[in-house]
Amino acid sequence: QAIVWDEYLTGPFGLIAQYSLLKEHEVEKMFTLKPGRLPPADVKNIIFFVRPKLELMDIITDNVLREDRGRSPQRDFHILFVPRRSLLCEQWLKEQGVLGSFIHREQYSLDLIPFDGDLLSMESESAFKECYLESDQTSLYHAAKGLMTLQALYGTIPQIFGKGDCARHVANMMIRMKREFPGSQNSIFPVFDTLLLLDRNVDLLTPLATQLTYEGLIDEIYGIQNTYVKLPPEKFAPKKQGEGGKDLPTEPKKLQLNSAEELYAEIRDKNFNAVGSVLSKKAKIISAAFEERHHAKTVGEIKQFVSQLPHMQAARSSLANHTSIAELIKDITTSEDFFDNLTVEQEFMSGVDTDKVNNYIEDCIAQKHPLIKILRLVCLQSVCNSGLKQKVLDHYKREILQTYGYEHILTLNNLEKAGLLKPQTSGRNNYPTIRKTLRLWMDDVNEQNPNDISYVYSGYAPLSVRLAQLLARPGWRSIEEVLKMLPGPHFEERQQLPTGLQKKRQHGENRVTLVFFLGGVTYAELAALRFLSQMEDGGTEYVIATTKLINGTTWIKSLMEKLEPAPF
Amino acid sequence: MSRVRADEEEYWHSSKFRAFTFDDEDDELSQLKESKRTVNSLRDIVDDDDDDLERVSWSGEPVGSISWSIKETASGSTTSLDGRDSSLQKGSSSYAALPKQPSSYSLSSLFKGRNKLSSFQSLSDALTDTGVKNYAPELRRPKAEYKDYSSDWSPKDTVRRMQRGKVCSLERFRSLQDKLVLLDEAVAGHDGNVITAVLIFLKRTLRREILFRELEVRQVALCHLIHFLREMGEQKFLLDLLRFLDRTEEVALSQYREHLNIQDVEKRREFLKGCIGLPFSAEDTSHIQDHYTLLERQIIIEANDRHLEMAGQSELFRKYPRKASILNMPLVTTLFYSCFYHYTEAEGMFSSPTNLKKTFKIPDKQYVLTALAARAKLRAWGDVDALLTTKNWLGYTKKKAPIGFHRVVEILQRNNAPVQVLQEYVRLVEDVDTRLNLATKYKCHDVVIETYRDLKDRIQLTAYKCKVERGSAEEEKIHSILSN
Repeated sequence: QAIVWDEYLTGPFGLIAQYSLLKEHEVEKMFTLKPGRLPPADVKNIIFFVRPKLELMDIITDNVLREDRGRSPQRDFHILFVPRRSLLCEQWLKEQGVLGSFIHREQYSLDLIPFDGDLLSMESESAFKECYLESDQTSLYHAAKGLMTLQALYGTIPQIFGKGDCARHVANMMIRMKREFPGSQNSIFPVFDTLLLLDRNVDLLTPLATQLTYEGLIDEIYGIQNTYVKLPPEKFAPKKQGEGGKDLPTEPKKLQLNSAEELYAEIRDKNFNAVGSVLSKKAKIISAAFEERHHAKTVGEIKQFVSQLPHMQAARSSLANHTSIAELIKDITTSEDFFDNLTVEQEFMSGVDTDKVNNYIEDCIAQKHPLIKILRLVCLQSVCNSGLKQKVLDHYKREILQTYGYEHILTLNNLEKAGLLKPQTSGRNNYPTIRKTLRLWMDDVNEQNPNDISYVYSGYAPLSVRLAQLLARPGWRSIEEVLKMLPGPHFEERQQLPTGLQKKRQHGENRVTLVFFLGGVTYAELAALRFLSQMEDGGTEYVIATTKLINGTTWIKSLMEKLEPAPF
Repeated sequence: MSRVRADEEEYWHSSKFRAFTFDDEDDELSQLKESKRTVNSLRDIVDDDDDDLERVSWSGEPVGSISWSIKETASGSTTSLDGRDSSLQKGSSSYAALPKQPSSYSLSSLFKGRNKLSSFQSLSDALTDTGVKNYAPELRRPKAEYKDYSSDWSPKDTVRRMQRGKVCSLERFRSLQDKLVLLDEAVAGHDGNVITAVLIFLKRTLRREILFRELEVRQVALCHLIHFLREMGEQKFLLDLLRFLDRTEEVALSQYREHLNIQDVEKRREFLKGCIGLPFSAEDTSHIQDHYTLLERQIIIEANDRHLEMAGQSELFRKYPRKASILNMPLVTTLFYSCFYHYTEAEGMFSSPTNLKKTFKIPDKQYVLTALAARAKLRAWGDVDALLTTKNWLGYTKKKAPIGFHRVVEILQRNNAPVQVLQEYVRLVEDVDTRLNLATKYKCHDVVIETYRDLKDRIQLTAYKCKVERGSAEEEKIHSILSN
């Protein structure tokens, strides 16, 4: 058999199965999905692995219709939807008259994909849009299903907290599912003490700000996809003497980023300003280690040195890679425009001049900076002011439409529906109260040796993570007033455990909380939660789940109206 | 591991299948064999009918797929490979060997025990078909599940079966009452796929008025239908529905969105004209009106200019051929175009910049910025000068830049303006530090010297001597100032 892949899926699938495994299951050939006739292959079965998207259905239709009917043996078609079967897509195929060509139509339901030791993602990029623009709660249903599976594996989670409408929905579905499967009472000792469900729209602010951790910046600038990042190759050219730079690589350099790499695990969550010193320290240690060889005198010493070589080589190449990446990032973070942009962001987040038209944003529009950058800033201002004054909002709208085209009125409308860009209706700005109560802005931030989560945005403490932190200690009762200002209900549910499974906590043992971000989470928020996990007297460790890893750009993009490409 | 990874890349990116190598062959092979054995034994238990699809559904890794991947991830690490000889049964000991775990409760360490058959069975018990599908789609397939059309499922059961991906016949639900119960069950299940399926059924079997009426009180289902109609491009049905619901602004936007699908400009213009009367919000109405007017202008300008360009009479078009048509460009781009090709035209002409400025109420700042950029690109320094000159009522002229002179300098500099032109505007930058900065950067010596003179800063002025050419007029100037 042969598999035809929706290219997008190869990333996530690469995380859960190696190709050797597929080979083991008699997969002979693999193709990427593209229009036209399918390449010849001497196989009986052709299986399409696709996301349920209409544009992909069109390609499949094309593939199937162009298949040579006269060939023998005839090839059979199957379709496997990932992560879920879609009747909408089947309806579409039916209208194209090809539905009957598929012998099997199945789903491979992939709810939560492990991304790292403490991170699970559903990789559903449109989850936020579906929930908040289209009121389509399918992704929530799958989140609940994923959580049921997780509980089947790691035990019933005794406490569920949540904030937001979607969180409430997911909790309701979990309770319902539990009731409907009476046998679901399992006998596994619970690993998680608490589940915290958080709606993204409870904290619209955080993803809009530029992330300032090492990993966050890599994502902001180059985009991390399924733990891989593609980087410009110039800085990775091998610097060997005599080669004189004649063979500069032109393909982007692809690197995998996760905590399995010792060095990356150490620096990924640091503020970028603290990364340089770590790298130079490491460089000294490694070169010292290589120097050791001069001191190795006896055979035993030499042998020991040699045995360490592979480890040292790996450490050296890891260091070289990250030094190059840090250089690339530094070029950008030291640019004037990055600085100006950050200054404006920080002004908004600390509550300065959020109620009038901002000069820098106007300048950026005049210079036709990328539209997404403009939208991020304008939305940030709107969120930090509980909505913009009608006059200010109208001004921005007009400038954007005149400069980028009137059709963007559709995108602006979407942003308004999602609550990201709106007129101030209540006439009251709640943000200062929220900021002060939750201590979202810290003036004395320590980037090198942080003592508070605000280091991830060099001053701004992500609201979502603050909520998690306050829940653990001293509890949400202390911030009732602020919780009421944030959208959606907050709630607590308890799931009964059989007596034998109730945890008797040892003194000093950490609690484990699973935080599920419905609608996406940023790398900086992950960093902040990991920071809390590592705090000595924190008392809580966090495991994170989400519908999708996002940053401001990918997030805004998911809300933009898909516009036809320009006609030239 | 790098060798394996490189091979893998090839595999994903080329369709050619390659022989692959294992760095630690025994290890992985034995694991694969073992997992296969496990699977085979599982298959015996459930007595599955072994069709083609089953073989590819990755049943080979029902138990270990997730920990497998973490192991794979871990194997890329710098730690020794010795840690990996643990079998899947032992779970994640290899991962535990990793340095610096962010949390002692890493997920992989939690995967322990899951690989044992017993716990796996309890999982399947716990969640029945739905949950198991994640890991072993073939595990639970009682034959009865294939008998879809024979039994008399209740609405609730029907919905639940559909949630598991089974296709059920809905035709049995004949009465309106039955259909609505079915819909409510689907909505309660929150699975959009099922809700959509039921809606497709209702849409086919109910009269529009009845469907609309019932959906009005079922907001969730309503949203799903709207989404479905939008995706399927059933524009007319959608508009009928929105009109019925009196969601006028949505009707308007939804209709307006359609213009994106119209390629022919004339047709697009006609369509936009029709959009003007739609019930948008007051603010949006004026934008839509502007959109229409703009396209109308662009069509006129385009026809004219294409003719001009083809005729080859106009020197401007010969010297600077157009890179693209102006059709469907944003307003500001159009203004730039008109400042570039039609700057001197009288206000009565559609293509003249002043006409555009008036028609679309373009703010002064935006206008000056755009005109400046266009004229500077043509190196028409006289126009630049005129653009920034204002006359007051006494007839005095004065230089004024609504965007600030530092921006003027930036734009001119980007267009390689000569120093004589540049320095005239650098001189006008109000902030002294900015002025000095710009002047030094762009070598406007006169401005630097005069500024230091006004600041009475002898030290800086003396220091600046080395920046100017020996024996030049500038050096002379510095000397004369210093000696005074």
